[in-house]
Amino acid sequence: MPDFFRRKPTFNREDVSAEDGPVVPDGLWVKCQKCKDLVYSKDFERWFRVCPKCDFHARLSASQRIEYVLDSGSFEEWDRGIVTSDPLEFSANGDVYREKVKSTTRKAGQPEALVTGRGRIRGYDAAVAVTEFRFLGASMGSAFGEKFARVVERAVDQRLPFISISNSGGARMHESTFSLMQMAKTTAALSRLGEHKLPHISVLTDPCYGGVTASYAMVADVIIAEPGAMVGFAGPRVIEQITRQKLPDGFQTAEFLLEHGMIDMISRRSELPGTLSLLLLHYADAFLGRHQPGYAMSGQSRNGEAR
Amino acid sequence: MSTTTPAWERVQLARKADRPHSLDYVNALINGFVELHGDRRHSDDPAMIAGIGAFNGRTVMAIGHQKGSNTRENLDRNFGMPNPDGYRKALRIFRHAEKFGFPLICFIDTPAADPGLGSEERGQATAIAENLLALASLRVPSVGVVIGEGGSGGALAISVTDRLLMLENAVYAVASPEACAAILWKDSNAAPQAAEALKLTAQDLKRFGIIDEIVPEPEPAHDASDATIQRTGEAIERHLGEIEAIADRPAGIDRLLELRYEKYRGIGAWVDEQEELIGELPVGVPGTSTPESTSD
Ligand SMILES: [Zn+2]
Repeated sequence: MPDFFRRKPTFNREDVSAEDGPVVPDGLWVKCQKCKDLVYSKDFERWFRVCPKCDFHARLSASQRIEYVLDSGSFEEWDRGIVTSDPLEFSANGDVYREKVKSTTRKAGQPEALVTGRGRIRGYDAAVAVTEFRFLGASMGSAFGEKFARVVERAVDQRLPFISISNSGGARMHESTFSLMQMAKTTAALSRLGEHKLPHISVLTDPCYGGVTASYAMVADVIIAEPGAMVGFAGPRVIEQITRQKLPDGFQTAEFLLEHGMIDMISRRSELPGTLSLLLLHYADAFLGRHQPGYAMSGQSRNGEAR
Repeated sequence: MSTTTPAWERVQLARKADRPHSLDYVNALINGFVELHGDRRHSDDPAMIAGIGAFNGRTVMAIGHQKGSNTRENLDRNFGMPNPDGYRKALRIFRHAEKFGFPLICFIDTPAADPGLGSEERGQATAIAENLLALASLRVPSVGVVIGEGGSGGALAISVTDRLLMLENAVYAVASPEACAAILWKDSNAAPQAAEALKLTAQDLKRFGIIDEIVPEPEPAHDASDATIQRTGEAIERHLGEIEAIADRPAGIDRLLELRYEKYRGIGAWVDEQEELIGELPVGVPGTSTPESTSD
């Protein structure tokens, strides 16, 4: 528990209030989406946007996630300019994909649903990929797949362990088979990472479904989920419609996945940097050679400069 | 929103119950085919068939989604929608092929992976993902053919092959037109429009460079089963011959794996707008979005 006192999140209160439903106008309080209790917004921030009353883990933007998990100022972003080129010239019912991407980019503050780069976790270097759910439900299309393949390939080049932190609705429909093929592309990239004995640690956050769970997110060396995160292949509504069965309580939660042997552990948000850094310490033996004193020290990277 | 579209007519053809299915191909093309059963973990999934036999004089392993040709068969075969046990059976066959150095032939014909309670409990997403990972580095030559419906990750899980072929009236997309219509049109009656927008025909996918060859159907497969199967066998032989020639050279398998990596690494349509984007975007501006545009 002392973990969360070490670092102070620095994003401002507007970030908190705008996303979390009804808020008292002065912005001092946020209403928990789960227990509906009012929480003092400063407390909410200090607890990494976790409700101190019911432990509900609210969704984070990619930049908030990076802020929470990586050492302050250590993140160096890669390939921010990679965006979709709309291969199908897709539109649905007059809704033009190209336009939707533009408006979504403004809304989400990210040009794609995946943010990639390198950074440090308690001093340990890692390549990271973090999804942005506000960008079309963090759906995976061509640009997402390309950025993912690149970050993994650079992890190989720079001998970095790789951490993905995901929530997603699945493959992006607007790019149809191109999106589907990103599932093949991302896993193929990971198979190279594995050949080089570099670990992939996957963190599943709420909600994570479809093409993302059915590809890179579920073939990690270690899989961690946040408490209560909904994770599955088909969405609960689809399953209910097709099977006409009522789904049991707790179906597809992180706890359900742990019970069924699909993930290694559940980690509370405040404990995640500690868990990740401990794992990075252990796996360092595999790709750095044994006993590397000083590797854990911030700024002592043995991995050379970023490209 | 109910008028048909050319792509939607293709979908209807691809789904025709009397179209030849995987076992028809395997029985006609593979001599002395011995079906192998079970995932050695939990069960034998009838929606996924697998086995060993001789294809034009060489031993191969074959895998396919299996649909039924009538309602009763379809209930037995779960309409060709495998559960995780089916995908794990396929994974066992991949490894088996690799162990003995047998080429792998995959027949793709599924609306989707099974979306049921038990499938979720046993890790449907994990099963599919593990197959994608295994196929990416499988050390034998492989050819896949979409013979009917290629639906989403459930189809992809046995189609990450060195060469991917597609019958003229087959379709392959990220989701069924019905699912796409329900999500993006908010109206499942818009499936014909969704089919058109998804660009799911063999001609579209050849143009995009996602498939390697279209196997023509001068007469639709359900009217000319034998001729279609024979033509498909010839196309498989041609592609298999080419990749075997690569694999047979010194370090040829490594070269084949490189080519396979490049093939899938290269699929995607994106641009790098680095210069234009820098400085223009607000960072960390909050907003809202809904997962409306997604599927598996
Ligand atoms: Zn609460």
